[in-house]
Amino acid sequence: MSVTLTIAEVQRIAVLAHLELTEDEQRMFARQLGEILAYAEQVQSVDTSGVPATAHVHVPEGTEREDEPRPSLSVADAVANAPDAAAEAGLFRVPRVIG
Amino acid sequence: MTTREWSIAAIRNDIVSGAVSAVEICRSTLDRIQAVGPALNAFNLVDADRALASASAIDRERAAGAELGPLAGVPVAVKDNMCVRGMRTTASSRILDRFVPPYDATVVARLEAAGAVIVGKTNCDEFAMGSSNENSAFGPVRNPWATDRTPGGSSGGAAAAVAARCVPLSLGSDTGGSIRQPAAFCGVTGLKPSYGRVSRYGLLAFASSLDQIGPITGTVAETALALAVIAGPDPRDSTSSRDPVPDYAAALTGDIDGIRIGVPRNFVSDGVEAGVRRAFDASLATLQSAGATLVDVELPHARSAIPVYYLVCTAEASSNLARYDGVKYGYRAATAPDESLTRMYRRTRDEGFGAEVKRRIMLGTYVLSAGYYDAFYLKAQQVRTLLRRDYDAAFEVVDAVATPTTPTAAFRLGEKTGDPLQMYLADVFTVSAPLAGLPAISIPCGFAGSDGSADRLPVGLHLTGRFLDEPTLLRVADAYQRLTDWHTQAPVLG
Repeated sequence: MSVTLTIAEVQRIAVLAHLELTEDEQRMFARQLGEILAYAEQVQSVDTSGVPATAHVHVPEGTEREDEPRPSLSVADAVANAPDAAAEAGLFRVPRVIG
Repeated sequence: MTTREWSIAAIRNDIVSGAVSAVEICRSTLDRIQAVGPALNAFNLVDADRALASASAIDRERAAGAELGPLAGVPVAVKDNMCVRGMRTTASSRILDRFVPPYDATVVARLEAAGAVIVGKTNCDEFAMGSSNENSAFGPVRNPWATDRTPGGSSGGAAAAVAARCVPLSLGSDTGGSIRQPAAFCGVTGLKPSYGRVSRYGLLAFASSLDQIGPITGTVAETALALAVIAGPDPRDSTSSRDPVPDYAAALTGDIDGIRIGVPRNFVSDGVEAGVRRAFDASLATLQSAGATLVDVELPHARSAIPVYYLVCTAEASSNLARYDGVKYGYRAATAPDESLTRMYRRTRDEGFGAEVKRRIMLGTYVLSAGYYDAFYLKAQQVRTLLRRDYDAAFEVVDAVATPTTPTAAFRLGEKTGDPLQMYLADVFTVSAPLAGLPAISIPCGFAGSDGSADRLPVGLHLTGRFLDEPTLLRVADAYQRLTDWHTQAPVLG
């Protein structure tokens, strides 16, 4: 498998990633991501038959706890960093979702 | 030769004995930062008032006869991707340029409980993604040894601040080398602890299966003191290790007689600059003279570690960075009244993230997408298993594995920014340890020119240890520093 990325593929990934790329960025990423993926393809030559995947190197046991209410952030603290909040109501404001 | 002119232990002892006050130490630190900080661009934020108030509280505790903590009055800088309550925390990203955390990272709480005085936040690559500190929304950090060169990354500001004697201790974070590579480029000591040894709570996540916080200091002895403070289980991080924290200071016996050091000769033979190679070979001879035995080891899958690393870390990053959407915190793009929520997300992220972060989100999204998952992401995770097995086999016959930290000394600003793949390849010796979850340290082992120049640039020796065996790793590194004085040398600044 050789990797070349078309502008259309870059646009498809950008939609999945919630990124609005300029045309310059789309051209740059098509070239750079193609080069990086072509290099990364070398992993496909490694024999991994029967080898399990490592998602995490260390998973401690006994990390569960009783589900008891504990103090948490106040609503005022939670909305304090929002770019647009209805602070008095304790709500985040976003553009209209339903028409 | 383990002491430096200005060590954590010396500062604490002077404060405890009353030879100097914590406020005096704090003022001289702030003066030093003001004198050399701006030219290096090492700090994103210095909070003098907060630091002086903390120092003054230490002085009051001492006056009241209280037992002072192990870091009492010691000035500390924290990489700007760790939360300090009430202190702007940006990850060097426009998307968080006004974020003020409502809580402390666990490491920050532990430092302050030990009496440390937090002076500010250090510059880094945006969201810790980079190997040169050039991916910062606030401009690159400069290497104190040659200001036209990079300090390494992503914890470039943290390493430069220690190298420039602004602070004796900074906290960095390391995902693929972000503590160790800048430590090597700046001539300081940098430890990436075992995965889970230090809580990640309050660290802005980049790649959660790899990220780990660790200290950057002048000496291994100071690293041991700092690690003892920040290590240990944390109910707020379910991946933190429950294993008891050993006495790291007691492990520094200076005795490495009989210690077996593995050298992956085939792996370190290619692409290593001559000056780095000479310093590395000399460091092995020094360890041997102290009684260590050198053993050839094979790490057959280490050559695949860079592609594995960049496939795994970008996949995890694309998921972790989905939270930056212009709603709960941070930057939001201006939108017209009729624009959709989705368009707001997309424009916010395009305007808020820099090029490298977008590149990694794109790459990670691609390798996780339908049709490519098995060929790239799953395959990388399988090779990760093989790499872990390589280390398991090596550690049956050796106690530590040695390589240079980097194939070259510090490269020039701008040298690799146009070619992301070349930048990634510079991480060849540092990406394996986090993939295997192992502790690894970089310590100064000499100086070299680079790309034919006459610059005198630091070189790092990289040692990897067994999982949770920081005591042996620190013992070997400390023994080396008892026999050499590379770590005591300081750059000449303005």
